[in-house]
Amino acid sequence: MLHRLRRSVADHWVMAIGLLVLLYLFVPIGVVAAMSFRDAGRNAPYSLENYKFTWAHWADPFGTAGIGDAFLLSIAIAAIATLGAVILGTLMSFALARHTFRGRAATNTLIFLPMATPEIVMGSSLLALFVASGVQLGFWTIVIAHIMFCLSFVVVTVKARLAGLDPRLQEAAMDLYANEASTFLRVTLPLVMPGIVAAALLSFSLSFDDFIVTNFNSGSTVTFPMFVWGASQRGIPPQINVIGTAMFVISFLVVLIGQVPNMRRSRQKG
Amino acid sequence: MSALGHVGAATTGTPANLEKPRKRWLPYLLLLPGGLWLILFFAVPSIQLFATSLYDPSGSLEEGYAMTWQFSNYVDAASEYLPHFMRSLGYAALTTAICLLLGYPLAYAIALKGGRWKNLLLICVIAPFFTSFLIRTLAWKVILSDNGWLVTTLNALHVPLPDGRLLATTPAVIAGLVYNFLPFMVLPLYASLEKLDPRLLEAAGDLYARPVARFTRVALPLSMPGVVAGTLLTFIPAAGDYINAQLLGTNRQYMIGNVIQSKFLKVGDYPSAAALSFTLMAAILVLVFVYVRRAGTDEVL
Repeated sequence: MLHRLRRSVADHWVMAIGLLVLLYLFVPIGVVAAMSFRDAGRNAPYSLENYKFTWAHWADPFGTAGIGDAFLLSIAIAAIATLGAVILGTLMSFALARHTFRGRAATNTLIFLPMATPEIVMGSSLLALFVASGVQLGFWTIVIAHIMFCLSFVVVTVKARLAGLDPRLQEAAMDLYANEASTFLRVTLPLVMPGIVAAALLSFSLSFDDFIVTNFNSGSTVTFPMFVWGASQRGIPPQINVIGTAMFVISFLVVLIGQVPNMRRSRQKG
Repeated sequence: MSALGHVGAATTGTPANLEKPRKRWLPYLLLLPGGLWLILFFAVPSIQLFATSLYDPSGSLEEGYAMTWQFSNYVDAASEYLPHFMRSLGYAALTTAICLLLGYPLAYAIALKGGRWKNLLLICVIAPFFTSFLIRTLAWKVILSDNGWLVTTLNALHVPLPDGRLLATTPAVIAGLVYNFLPFMVLPLYASLEKLDPRLLEAAGDLYARPVARFTRVALPLSMPGVVAGTLLTFIPAAGDYINAQLLGTNRQYMIGNVIQSKFLKVGDYPSAAALSFTLMAAILVLVFVYVRRAGTDEVL
């Protein structure tokens, strides 16, 4: 009895610390939300003192010059970079998961290294290359850089999914006279899809939120993180907090809704 | 079931051996576009970075640089910016240690006590990524500000703060780094704790292992791959970061990243900046390989 009591105290103790750590992760997000409703003059200090509430910024989220363009530009870059990284990365992960070939170790190292290199090194190396070869910095140099650093994460994610697949499913399809193409399209690809979707979501958020690599390769192009950085030197318009809060709420709801079928299934099991 | 699994594995082994010759080049074809991309935009730039670090430092971006194999760039950079280097590695090590202390209980709670809240808790761990990290770091500026409730409360409680403030101090920079990289620690820890069979912990308890021994002799050794992956994923970006030092610190907290970005983007001193950047990459790669070897888990990522 005493043993069980002690065990339950230990259980809740760990959970309590865990929840406190989660709270630490959420406090700044709460502050961002609070700042998005703050009614303050142009030169008011960036703080929560003398807080007055207003809906005004939410009614006009793109109401600061340049913020809307920067936001759309980041979405365009993230979309192209995601498409590129997912295609190149998925092909690579099929080669690594399905085939034996010479040069496998070297390929794995080439994929691992970008993940073990700090962003500032990747960003500055690319800048050195672009400057040495006279390439004009701008939209496409950002896209090139983003595909590069998203690629490794795509390979790791899709490869993990491929490794977890039961090869007998494809053998069964072949036994039932499906040819290679239709086995791939109707059995393998649908099974790998969750991995590809996860990789795409990861790439999109890595690209959309990237500042360090982009800062080196953007020239005069202003992405959303570049806009936020510029604003942090001059004075932060409340619209930044509106967009930050909206991004958080929308992504959270989308992920939560995506989880509903899983939760229902686990409840039925239990 | 496991016997069937073995049969499955055995049968998949054979088609590879019977592969038609025309399929032998298929893996290379699949690897070609992505591999080329990584070579062109990761490997070649690294070589160009090294080349740039050996340029004649008296050149400029407008006039161009001459390649003079100026290895003295490294000596100059090291003698001038050694404190920034040591600070970067020190801050990154401290950040990694704090992330491990905070992240382990969280990952453990989710993996072993989460029950049907597991997925929701996991979403909460990645939730900070849903909004821009620059915006979140700016929020820390508000939280730590001199007239904010946190500093006011701590001062009222007579907690000693450097100069009675938090913003623009070393603890502020560390707090920002910990905050930004904590999820990178929690996710791999969770992935490896999730595979831990709770019955092993029960068995240890039944054999009279105290909670501390259950942790140090069962849970921790079994979650070591997660610890190694998590510490790497935290240490590497933290050592190269300059955002937190810039937004939450002063030039007394500046890390090597601050020097590299200002030399590349503001001063335009490419050879010296490239030497620092290349040294950072080499230092981190050496640390990573030594660490992975010593931890004995080659398959971390």
